[in-house]
Amino acid sequence: MDKMDKFLRVHNGERVNRSAIPHLSFHEFRNELLAFTVAGGQVVQFFAYRDNKDSSSLKLLAVLRNDKLYVTGCDAPDSFASLTAVTEKFHLFEREIGEQYGLKAEGHPWWKMVRYHRNCTGKADVFGNDYSEDIPGKYPYFEVEGEGVHEVAVGPVHAGIIEPGHFRFQCFGERVFHLEIQLGYQQRGVEYLLQTVPLKRLPIIGETVAGDTSIGHGLCMAQGIEALAGLEVDQGAKVVRTLALELERIANHIGDLGALSLDVAFSPPAAYFGRIRGDYLNLSQILGGNRFGRGLVRPGGVTQSMGEEQRQLIQEKITELTPEVEHVNDLIFSTPSVRTRFDHTGKVSQQDAERIGMVGYAGRACGLPYDARVAFPTECYADLPANSNGKIDGDVASRADVRREEVMHSTGLINTLLARSEEARTYTPQDIRLAPDSFVVTVNEAWRGEASHCILTDEQGNILRYKIKDPSFHNWTGLALALREQGISDFPLCNKSFNLSYCGFDL
Amino acid sequence: MLTILKVIKNRFEQGHRTSKYPEENINLYKRFRGLPIVNTNCDPAVVQQCAAACPQEAIDTDSCQIDLGKCVFCGLCESLSKGKYVRFSQNFEMGTAARNDLLFAVSLPNLANHSKKHFKKLFGRSLQLRQISAGGCNACEADTNVLNTPFFDLSRFGIQFVASPRHADGIHVTGPISKNMQQALLTTWEAVPDPKVVIASGACAISGGPFYGSEDIVGDLNSLIPVDLYIPGCPPHPLTTLHALLQFFK
Ligand code: SF4
Repeated sequence: MDKMDKFLRVHNGERVNRSAIPHLSFHEFRNELLAFTVAGGQVVQFFAYRDNKDSSSLKLLAVLRNDKLYVTGCDAPDSFASLTAVTEKFHLFEREIGEQYGLKAEGHPWWKMVRYHRNCTGKADVFGNDYSEDIPGKYPYFEVEGEGVHEVAVGPVHAGIIEPGHFRFQCFGERVFHLEIQLGYQQRGVEYLLQTVPLKRLPIIGETVAGDTSIGHGLCMAQGIEALAGLEVDQGAKVVRTLALELERIANHIGDLGALSLDVAFSPPAAYFGRIRGDYLNLSQILGGNRFGRGLVRPGGVTQSMGEEQRQLIQEKITELTPEVEHVNDLIFSTPSVRTRFDHTGKVSQQDAERIGMVGYAGRACGLPYDARVAFPTECYADLPANSNGKIDGDVASRADVRREEVMHSTGLINTLLARSEEARTYTPQDIRLAPDSFVVTVNEAWRGEASHCILTDEQGNILRYKIKDPSFHNWTGLALALREQGISDFPLCNKSFNLSYCGFDL
Repeated sequence: MLTILKVIKNRFEQGHRTSKYPEENINLYKRFRGLPIVNTNCDPAVVQQCAAACPQEAIDTDSCQIDLGKCVFCGLCESLSKGKYVRFSQNFEMGTAARNDLLFAVSLPNLANHSKKHFKKLFGRSLQLRQISAGGCNACEADTNVLNTPFFDLSRFGIQFVASPRHADGIHVTGPISKNMQQALLTTWEAVPDPKVVIASGACAISGGPFYGSEDIVGDLNSLIPVDLYIPGCPPHPLTTLHALLQFFK
């Protein structure tokens, strides 16, 4: 643990005393955060919390990363000079702080609600909303005016089996000038629940932050609780957890590659990958009894070990599926009509991606190599090889290509893990107590990118603040940017190439 | 290689993948947690221990019943009681027509006999559903969507998920109904022409699921609009949904 003056360096999943976190004046805090991010650092977490359960005094806390993780904090002023006015990296974080705690970021260039709910402090709403009115309340959407300019409004209920969200396009003919994405329809109070319910409910809620990321968020939660409760995880359990995370990644990438193909009207790969995705989900079911990996990861280990039988079943299926996956991918990526639709569509420049802090495969497709498995490895990742990406032009083709590469890389990881012989200890649920006055941040490379949980405890060891960040929190802005100067008919394709989470964003 | 040759080659490699269900049963892997087998003669102390540990408050100590509308099939009660109170079978057939029938100890009523006659007459040959996602985690939606993949191939039964509520015979609701989705849900429901059916899919739509107690959700679809069919699970296995739809409407 290095202690610099203004920041405390922390390790992923390491408990530290809250008192060890630097407490700056807001002025210093703002300057340090700006200096760090303008120099290329990124924001992992930035949120407000109550000093203790009964107090009305609020604090701000930020977790930042370059090639290391840092944390720092300060007292929260009721209103403060917006950091977003200097760098976009704080854009949604500041709005979220305003919405959750009624604190105002003065001079924020795009001050509007995030998920549309009352703040928890009883302060006057900083957006002027009356929450007895339905979403989006008093918010006027950004409008473009002029001859030939028109607006297209889509959602919240969409034309398929997908989550709700509202999309507002400002178009000139077919051309999109601007896309505004308003979420919040899935807002179900996850963070507040986690701060108030008994500990036994935590793993269940953690797995349902985003269903397709059950393992990703489940791991973030388990590692956080393990750090605070002093639980050790054995090697065998780590193997199972790593395997589960990679199965989750493959299943999602494969499903989306098929769907991308369907979105450009090339349907055979969609049928094949639709079925093959199911085969990978079934491997999660072999491992832990549930297609989404639920009930498997728990603080302290895994509920089910991987025996010889499961190992063999998974190995056989992976061996059978791998060539099929390669062939279907080859079919998609070598078809000229697919290539012409993927290439140059929905481009986000590397510079923009850096400015808005894009993460995961969408970030890597823009040339930001950050991968939490490499930068801040948990579980077995320190012993496993990293991936690298060939095509990084920031368009649909690159996002698709990166995902194809990741499927093959993850397959390699799974083969390596299956060859390891450690068996997980049989796990027994135990009464756990969290260390008082502590802080922990966990970061994992979920299939969409960096997922992170922060837990703060009070002097009794109760959870004072539980903060979750899904990778989608960063990347939705990327989708909005990708649509600029595109044909509106390219929206489904661009959208699918990101495939972001509504529920993970909305919480 | 020419695209068309690749298409043909892949077509051969993929073969025919559609399952024979319901004519032939499907055996899910032994770790799958389906319908529980409850031991009602279990030592009350063990039941008590499981009830106290159950994250969903789904276990009633007096009757030994498990509320399948709340249960997320996490398996904790099975491992805690070492199978003495509960063991999970691989039976995925769990849909019911009444909320009370989900309070489970011994067996579930036969869904086909409990479905409403006129539904079978009206929708038996063609059922069009509008899916509404209202505040969940998207796992229910994902495992409903797969019914359109070749293995399940839902449309061979004349059942389809459609884009417009105007074209639908009913709604299939997932999620605990976030307050921010309540109005959109009701508007969509109203847009479906009568007579219409309402399906609550997954622990969330039935009881709030993992999010029960949150002030930001309604938590029980039936408190808003009358539910005709309940499909438990977190999320329901695709076969659970398929079974419920076939039994209830066919
Ligand atoms: S399986 Fe169901 S009843 Fe058993 S502990 Fe989990 S939620 Fe409770």
